[in-house]
Amino acid sequence: MGVYTTNEIRGGMKIIVDNDPCVILENEFVKPGKGQAFNRIKYRNLKTGRVVERTYKSGDALQAADVQDVEAQFLYFDGHHWHFMAKDTFEQYVVGEVEMGDTKLWLKEQSDCMLTLWNGLPLGIVPPNFVILKIVETDPGVRGDTSGGGGKPAKLESGAVVRVPLFIQEGELIKVDTRDGVYVSRAKE
Amino acid sequence: MMAWQPNATIDTLRMRADIMARIRDFFKKRDVLEVETPLIAATTVTDPHIASIPVIYSQKKISYLQTSPEYAMKRLLAAGSGSIFQLCKAFRQDEVGRLHSPEFTMLEWYRIGFDHHALMDEMQDFFKEVFAIPKTDRFTVAQVFETYIGINPHAASVNELKNAAKKNGIEVDIADEKNTYLDILFTHIIEPKLGNEYPVFIYDYPVSQAALAKIRHENPPVASRFEVYYKGIELANGFHELQNAEEQRVRFEKDLQYRDLHQMEAVPVDELLLSALHSGLPDCAGVAMGVDRLMMLVLGCENIANVMSFAHMESYW
Repeated sequence: MGVYTTNEIRGGMKIIVDNDPCVILENEFVKPGKGQAFNRIKYRNLKTGRVVERTYKSGDALQAADVQDVEAQFLYFDGHHWHFMAKDTFEQYVVGEVEMGDTKLWLKEQSDCMLTLWNGLPLGIVPPNFVILKIVETDPGVRGDTSGGGGKPAKLESGAVVRVPLFIQEGELIKVDTRDGVYVSRAKE
Repeated sequence: MMAWQPNATIDTLRMRADIMARIRDFFKKRDVLEVETPLIAATTVTDPHIASIPVIYSQKKISYLQTSPEYAMKRLLAAGSGSIFQLCKAFRQDEVGRLHSPEFTMLEWYRIGFDHHALMDEMQDFFKEVFAIPKTDRFTVAQVFETYIGINPHAASVNELKNAAKKNGIEVDIADEKNTYLDILFTHIIEPKLGNEYPVFIYDYPVSQAALAKIRHENPPVASRFEVYYKGIELANGFHELQNAEEQRVRFEKDLQYRDLHQMEAVPVDELLLSALHSGLPDCAGVAMGVDRLMMLVLGCENIANVMSFAHMESYW
């Protein structure tokens, strides 16, 4: 892979730092009138999720990472691994527990998601921002029961547990924001 | 359709024009002569940290867009112009960002018989009369380094500065140069805290950062240089101007050696400036101020592009 110089770096670009793939969040040009120019570059390590800020001399080269995002469909879970298929190439990918992270809680078979590949291997999975899932387990809402801030826990078919309003019943479909795990609304379908 | 519209609003441009008129008025009242000097010249600044934009207006020779009108203005001073000011464009290669544009507007002025403190006094009046900013503060470089970092910038070794950077959570991978670490500590830790209410003058720099300022051989020796910070942003840079042609030549040569050592492009030394200094530059102080940044701060904009009619395209990321 090639390199980027500090003045080419933009948000969203992928680089390698200390052997780990990272995504650029911000790049600020700093130049005191009397001295050396710097770039303060903020990036997220795609393996650890850690956000780091580092100062580079302007003009320094950073190694580009062969990281790409592909649209994929979740096929099935074999008890140990999750299997996906890229939508454009039909290529199949096997993803382990670590790379799945919390995403496993939001996916059911045939769900769409974004698969991040580094050197062709899965690095992480991002579910859609909103998913519609069925409630498989929740207490019947009792009128006047306001414990837990007016909601109650509900277990979804994918495994996630979210707080839902008291009137939501087992077997109903709901829409959830996967970014914060918050109930959005009832859903049809 | 390409976005052809201006970056600044028409209202902002009106306010900008009004501020320009008030700046000219300030100098007129003080009998400071407005001058214009060439933007293209055969020589340019030797400072290794400032890259000039080369231009070819004749096939035979490269010239340079000026990074500041300093050298030409000093030739006017040596020719007996008296106190002068200039509002002009200045150009710097590869400087693009929220606070930088490769083409920007500079206000530069020189006052005969002033030292850097007298010029800071006049700048305080400038902020008051042009922008109704009621007061300013003044600290030495040593004071701010001691207050915010607990280190003496004149005495500290490179390693002490490096450790201070590490202690303050600055991750950096840069060669061991004292000035570089002074700049890193200043820009990352001190600068964001300066001038939140009123403009702040920072003065008496380490001699390694003297540039074109006089050096006072005290203990420790300091450069009679100052910078102005407002709302955490560098606005201006001033000197009690070096008059000694021989010392100026030595500083130019040092810059060229640094450029050579770091495989940077060599630039021709401005012999006309040196001749002018040789024939006699009157005792004076001068300051250069970034007008776009000043506009940005007084108009409450976040990006230098917001106060320019048409910003450099790259500054829009």
